[in-house]
Amino acid sequence: MYKVKVYVTLRESVLDPQGKAVQQSLSSLGYQGVEDVRIGKYMELQFDDSVTDVESTVKEVCEKLLSNPVIEDYRYEIEESANQ
Amino acid sequence: MKFAVIVFPGSNCDVDMFHAVKDELGEQVDLVWHDADNLDQYDGILLPGGFSYGDYLRSGAIAHMSNVMAAVKKAAEAGKPVLGVCNGFQILLESGLLPGAMLRNKNLKFICRSVELAVENNETMFTSLYEKGEKISVPVAHGEGNYYCDDATLAKLKENNQIVFSYASDVNGSLSDIAGITNEKGNVLGMMPHPERAVDDLLGSADGLKLFQSIVKHWRDSHVVNA
Repeated sequence: MYKVKVYVTLRESVLDPQGKAVQQSLSSLGYQGVEDVRIGKYMELQFDDSVTDVESTVKEVCEKLLSNPVIEDYRYEIEESANQ
Repeated sequence: MKFAVIVFPGSNCDVDMFHAVKDELGEQVDLVWHDADNLDQYDGILLPGGFSYGDYLRSGAIAHMSNVMAAVKKAAEAGKPVLGVCNGFQILLESGLLPGAMLRNKNLKFICRSVELAVENNETMFTSLYEKGEKISVPVAHGEGNYYCDDATLAKLKENNQIVFSYASDVNGSLSDIAGITNEKGNVLGMMPHPERAVDDLLGSADGLKLFQSIVKHWRDSHVVNA
């Protein structure tokens, strides 16, 4: 069993209007030092033992569906987890 | 001419599109469910607006994996007209039939109002009945219509005259005020504004009707003898 954590974020070159709004909101709360906020997505995938090449499968699904390479980057962490 | 309006779970402008084609344009049209795998009998494909699959993950991301999309790609490759409006445009972007992607509107608001568009290119099968530079009034209704692509793609869009409609003034933050683009071949058009909601003066504008009439004219010119 593998637990995979996938983080999808907007590319650095892409403006993040949502992050900008949160940053302004933090600043109006008095947190002046927060220079930038970027908002992304976090996903957890659970793989069973039938998947032999977890890493290449994770890359594949990230590129095919979980992220849009035009505007987003992804990274992932693979953890081995014990069978329950 | 026979059109297919593709219906995904969560489409909500499918009936407007159906009405525009059947009642205002006077052509044949079927509503086609997203699990269809053959569109060979249709001369034109229409992807309507809405919130397919609840916009889960990203707008259009789940819908572009549907069964019917292989048939839509086949129709596009065959040179048939494919029009995606609003969520239909987002699906075309996700599927790679059109370049670029949509971001949240710059002001983070869902924008629902009539906007003024400029016809940037009237030498397409979708716009031949408009004048170049003509200003038309068509409604928008979207939260994610802020068109984005990289500099190289934008340069290519401009060079090939693929920008067909632009907003007369900034609406949602789109690069170069892009409201609608075609593929390189010119037979796939994606646009955020809703021409199917502007097909009768009773609706506030009939400026969208000429888009559908242009498609039919193009089809007649190449398929009907003595048209």
